[in-house]
Amino acid sequence: MTSNSPSSGDKLLTLRWDNWLLALLAGIIAVPIATLLLPGFLAVVVAGIFIALVVITAIVNAWSRHIGGLLVAPAIAVLVVMNIFPLLWSLGLSFYSYRADRQTLRFLGTRNYERLITDPVVWDRLTTTAYLVVLTVAVQMVIGFLLALLFSKQFPLRRYLLILVLTPMMLSYVAVGAFFRYYYDPTFGLVSQIANLFTTEPFVLISSTAGAFAAIVIADAWMWAPFVMLLVLAGLVSVPKHLYEAASVDRVPGWRRFWWITFPYVKGLLLLALLFRTIEAFKLFDVVFILTDGGQSTETIALYVYRQAIQFNKTSYSSSLSYILLFTVIVLTNLYLYLANRRSKEA
Amino acid sequence: MRWVAAKNRAKEVDRAGWGRTIAAAVVSLIYFFPVLVIIITAFKKHTDALAVPAKLIPDAFDWLVPDYLTFSPTTENFVNVFSRSFSTGAAAQDTGFDLFFFNSIFIAGFSVLLALVIGTIAAFGFSRYPLKGNDTYLFVILTTRMLPAIVVIIPVMLMFRVTGLAGTYTGIILLYTAFNLPFTIWMMKSFFDELSRDVEDAARIDGSSDRRVFFKICMPQVVAGLAATAVFGLILTWNEFLFALLLTGVETRTVPVAMSQTIGGDIGVRWGLLAAIETLFLIPVILVTFFLQNQLLRGVTFGTVKR
Repeated sequence: MTSNSPSSGDKLLTLRWDNWLLALLAGIIAVPIATLLLPGFLAVVVAGIFIALVVITAIVNAWSRHIGGLLVAPAIAVLVVMNIFPLLWSLGLSFYSYRADRQTLRFLGTRNYERLITDPVVWDRLTTTAYLVVLTVAVQMVIGFLLALLFSKQFPLRRYLLILVLTPMMLSYVAVGAFFRYYYDPTFGLVSQIANLFTTEPFVLISSTAGAFAAIVIADAWMWAPFVMLLVLAGLVSVPKHLYEAASVDRVPGWRRFWWITFPYVKGLLLLALLFRTIEAFKLFDVVFILTDGGQSTETIALYVYRQAIQFNKTSYSSSLSYILLFTVIVLTNLYLYLANRRSKEA
Repeated sequence: MRWVAAKNRAKEVDRAGWGRTIAAAVVSLIYFFPVLVIIITAFKKHTDALAVPAKLIPDAFDWLVPDYLTFSPTTENFVNVFSRSFSTGAAAQDTGFDLFFFNSIFIAGFSVLLALVIGTIAAFGFSRYPLKGNDTYLFVILTTRMLPAIVVIIPVMLMFRVTGLAGTYTGIILLYTAFNLPFTIWMMKSFFDELSRDVEDAARIDGSSDRRVFFKICMPQVVAGLAATAVFGLILTWNEFLFALLLTGVETRTVPVAMSQTIGGDIGVRWGLLAAIETLFLIPVILVTFFLQNQLLRGVTFGTVKR
């Protein structure tokens, strides 16, 4: 186990960059002397130098044996400090009664969780989210698939036309939300103007639940259908051409050709797109925040957590709620990665 | 050998003629229409932006369409983004958007750079020196990125309040670095995994150190991937809303937050101005979509789907 570390006396005393034991020893001797003899500030500098020396020599020493660990250590450190540690903190908080605007902390055990499981509002928000996820992902898949079929062949100017279709995906949620608020405006919005060609009543899309759902689904699906298109396109391109040639020799009709030749090549990617978009749609927040701000019962679970945590300062309750979201996303991500890995192994 | 031939044949895409081009052009233009309208609106005066029926055609086409459908283009919105002028003759007022654009560029640039340095090294580690439980580490890393932003932000806000990082550049840059790291690691790992190991092994046999292999052999091969990762990270950070909304102060506000505050009330939104801000905000995104088309698939799936 410790065969590589300096163990015998002469190894301990050699001046080498990987001899961290010597650096530690020198530090233990030098730092107390420095604190006794030198003024405070210089003593701190000396101590700092020796700590740095020990760290450097320890890293150099570990380099050959633990290179993998050392390379990933800074990244892990950042993620632990900025993500993992805060999440553990909020996991701890979720067992207490705590509000960010007050200083009291009271242990509750699992009462927060019991409360949210029996809370009809939480279930209502989860149902709203589920409806939105199903609707927006379904629309995205269909439109994305049709777009992919359109672009599956090579034709002049294809590259430039693709940009027009792919741009929405790269836009900011805020920009998309702002666009569509302009289009949905009851008086001068384009959607309302088109609607007014058919009716004389003022057309306010976001005034009803169905309309508000439609408004959100249209904006989100417009934004993300290109994502599905991109994945399906990758599948369509990978279909070997000779299969089609054989099919046309055998006079296989179009739809069967599609079902038996094209679809098997696309279905893996279609499943990945479905899962990825489901995870993302489950988090639906920004578009709803900008378009309806949760009005007309369009409040998604993410928006509900936001309100509980930020506006009502129910910090510990929203922490327990966010752990439900976290668990769901972990399960879905796991499934996604399993499928993605299986696909890349097959290829 | 037949298998190779089949694979090569699979690569070539079916050809279609100009007929397909016309069909695709119509569909693409319809799809792009919402963006196009915003760009057009950015060139309209306030009254034109609110006109019914909508004026969508610049008045250079007066000879083609009726007068009430055309508007005379103006660039005043773009000027007003940065300093608001008043018709009463009062002195022009600073809108703060120069600061917000600077903040967006500075915060995105700095955090992407940090994430790129740390993440590329880590990706190389994960790719070439797998740890015990390598896949678990990678899974946890990706999960931190897939979590809803609101889940991460609640504890981070508490932490920032305690440490005094809320509203500072340091705080938001650190958070965005952590936000970009999972993406960078997964992207760069997918690029490193694709490299042929033969050259590396040969170099190692010839006595090259790990460092030399990394800098002289691996890095030059993934420069394109590195650039794609950087630009994707920039766009993701550039577009991010919730973290910026909750963790930036007046001095460190980014454009999406400022934009959402401009929409705030229902009445009196200056749509022409908002459209101008959006148009400026869009330019880098459209450029990126153009230049990174081949890496787009990998980028949007965090490197989990390569082709």
